[in-house]
Amino acid sequence: MRLANPTMLASGILGLSAESLGNIVKGGAGAIVTKSVGLKPRKGYSNPTIVQTSCGLINAVGLPNPGINEFVKEIREAKNFNVPLIVSVYGFSAEEYAKVAKKAVDAGADAVELNVSCPHVRETGSEIGQNPEVLAEVVRKVKASVPKPVLVKLSPNVTDMVEIAEVATEAGADALTAINTVKAIAIDPETAMPILSNKIGGLSGTAIKPIAIRCVYEIYEHVKVPIIGCGGITNWQDAVEFILAGATAIQIGTAIAQKGPSVFKAVTRGINAYLKRKGFKSVNEIVGLSHRN
Amino acid sequence: MKLSAYRIATNTLRTTRILSVKTESPTVRTFTFKDRQCANAKPGQFLMLWIPGVDEIPLSILDAKENGIISVAIKKVGEATQALHNKKVGEIIGIRGPFGNSFTLKEGRILMVSGGTGTAPMLFLSKKLASRVTRLISVIGAKTRDELLFMNGMKKTVDKEKTQIIATTEDGSYGIKGLATTPVERLLEKEKFDMIYTCGPEQMMRKVFDLAEKYGVALEASLERLMRCAVGLCGSCVIGGYCVCKEGPVFTAEQLREVKNEFGVSKRDFDGRKIPLE
Ligand SMILES: Cc1cc2nc3c(=O)[nH]c(=O)nc-3n(C[C@H](O)[C@H](O)[C@H](O)COP(=O)(O)OP(=O)(O)OC[C@H]3O[C@@H](n4cnc5c(N)ncnc54)[C@H](O)[C@@H]3O)c2cc1C
Ligand SMILES: Cc1cc2nc3c(=O)[nH]c(=O)nc-3n(C[C@H](O)[C@H](O)[C@H](O)COP(=O)(O)O)c2cc1C
Ligand code: FES
Repeated sequence: MRLANPTMLASGILGLSAESLGNIVKGGAGAIVTKSVGLKPRKGYSNPTIVQTSCGLINAVGLPNPGINEFVKEIREAKNFNVPLIVSVYGFSAEEYAKVAKKAVDAGADAVELNVSCPHVRETGSEIGQNPEVLAEVVRKVKASVPKPVLVKLSPNVTDMVEIAEVATEAGADALTAINTVKAIAIDPETAMPILSNKIGGLSGTAIKPIAIRCVYEIYEHVKVPIIGCGGITNWQDAVEFILAGATAIQIGTAIAQKGPSVFKAVTRGINAYLKRKGFKSVNEIVGLSHRN
Repeated sequence: MKLSAYRIATNTLRTTRILSVKTESPTVRTFTFKDRQCANAKPGQFLMLWIPGVDEIPLSILDAKENGIISVAIKKVGEATQALHNKKVGEIIGIRGPFGNSFTLKEGRILMVSGGTGTAPMLFLSKKLASRVTRLISVIGAKTRDELLFMNGMKKTVDKEKTQIIATTEDGSYGIKGLATTPVERLLEKEKFDMIYTCGPEQMMRKVFDLAEKYGVALEASLERLMRCAVGLCGSCVIGGYCVCKEGPVFTAEQLREVKNEFGVSKRDFDGRKIPLE
């Protein structure tokens, strides 16, 4: 899979409709990742599903999605944007992951990203990504049923992320995305109540950037497949930091709230200017550079 | 003209106490509370109101005073709005916002068409327009007489000579019998307007939009879609390529033309599926 630039949309951000994905492409994204879709429709949690904190955003939306059978319409439409289309997939079993992935690829997805890292829905997401045996089975089943690249999106909410990354690649993952949101909570002092209806959610935005970079840095030393860095990226400096830590490409989510879809153009321009100023010819030359120093 | 703007999303939840509750109709109550961040809110903008332990819902701002006294009008339609109606002065609610864009402030001859709580942002707007308009006709629709909202408020905001209020009720218990759209075509035939503002049930707005197109009059409509994040991230509120929470809720006729196949026709449900508007 070739990208026009190393920036990608992170899953779950405006990724439920083809038209919104189109806006992200116009904003300059090198690839788009859809909202995570499952086999059946899901309504998600009731509000509040999002809390803005002083240092980031906590969400527990609960994976609302129309189910893959309905979502194939959006996939077919989003195919026409001339950038790689990656469909994010979740399931409650290895079979479900494989079924959804196959339908997504049949509808035209260029790759799938396995969401084994959503921190707030039971029996899927990070509950799968935290269990090495289950994770390996999911990756193998999906690999066996689709002829396209399989990305595995990792959760930081584990004791040893390197172990999980190795399990995923040994099972056949073509690339790893790191990271999904970090488990978090916000409590209102006046009412003494957790604010999110699900109480616990996932933290995203600037606050998690140093954690995400550390994750990429650690994984890079142990796996050979490309790593896609994600978590708190808002400008080109952040993106470069991820690349120096070992990421081949990066994803942007929460920053879109402040900067709009053109954040992708701005980050790409910044990365290119940096490469030129430093005398590098391509992003590949600086992937993991910090490990040499 | 595009009304979109990307605002900084640092808008954390704060709690405040209900200062007053007023019954406006059998189903609508107005609540006031203090919130500094909403003090400069503009007509058309909305806030997210947290009912602790129940839900968080989007509500149009009915009024925002410089001293931070904010009001919203809430119609009882389900669990969250019922829970709010049960709240009393002094109880705690949470606020995020203000969110979204606002109506542009036009001069000259203005037509407003509203139904239900859609009259709330219209009343707020008319206050801001008071010094600019040369004529204001406000068509206010409801099912029955006792559900007509803010008739007196609307009468008082703009100079009496310049203002005309036209009420419509579906059962004919007051004003013109029919829908808010009933008198609109006749008005457009008779008079020239510089702008039509509309807010209310979407089918009503669609009809007003179609008439505005027919008579070549500029229009702005305030739309409702399912809101979760309110900051343009989750994608729940999309219509066409627009996020209603961020690029809306106010849309120009130009923008509405782009989303004609959805406007007044369909919306997205909690699971993101397109469903017909009821
Ligand atoms: C921008 C905007 C401004 C609004 N302004 C007002 C107002 O000034 N006064 C007023 O009374 N109502 C207003 N509403 C509608 C109000 O948000 C809903 O009536 C309320 O959320 C219903 O909640 P419920 O639990 O009582 O009803 P439910 O039984 O949960 O829902 C009834 C219907 O309300 C709508 N709804 C429910 N949850 C949401 C949500 N999170 N976002 C959007 N729609 C939802 C759906 O169409 C649903 O079918 C506005 C909505 C939007 C999007
Ligand atoms: C509102 C919201 C919804 C999300 N939904 C998903 C999802 O469906 N699937 C997924 O893999 N990640 C989801 N994420 C996580 C993001 O893709 C990303 O990993 C995380 O937000 C960190 O990146 P950021 O700081 O750039 O946002 C979501 C994040 C947010 C804020
Ligand atoms: S409510 Fe989340 S994008 Fe508009």
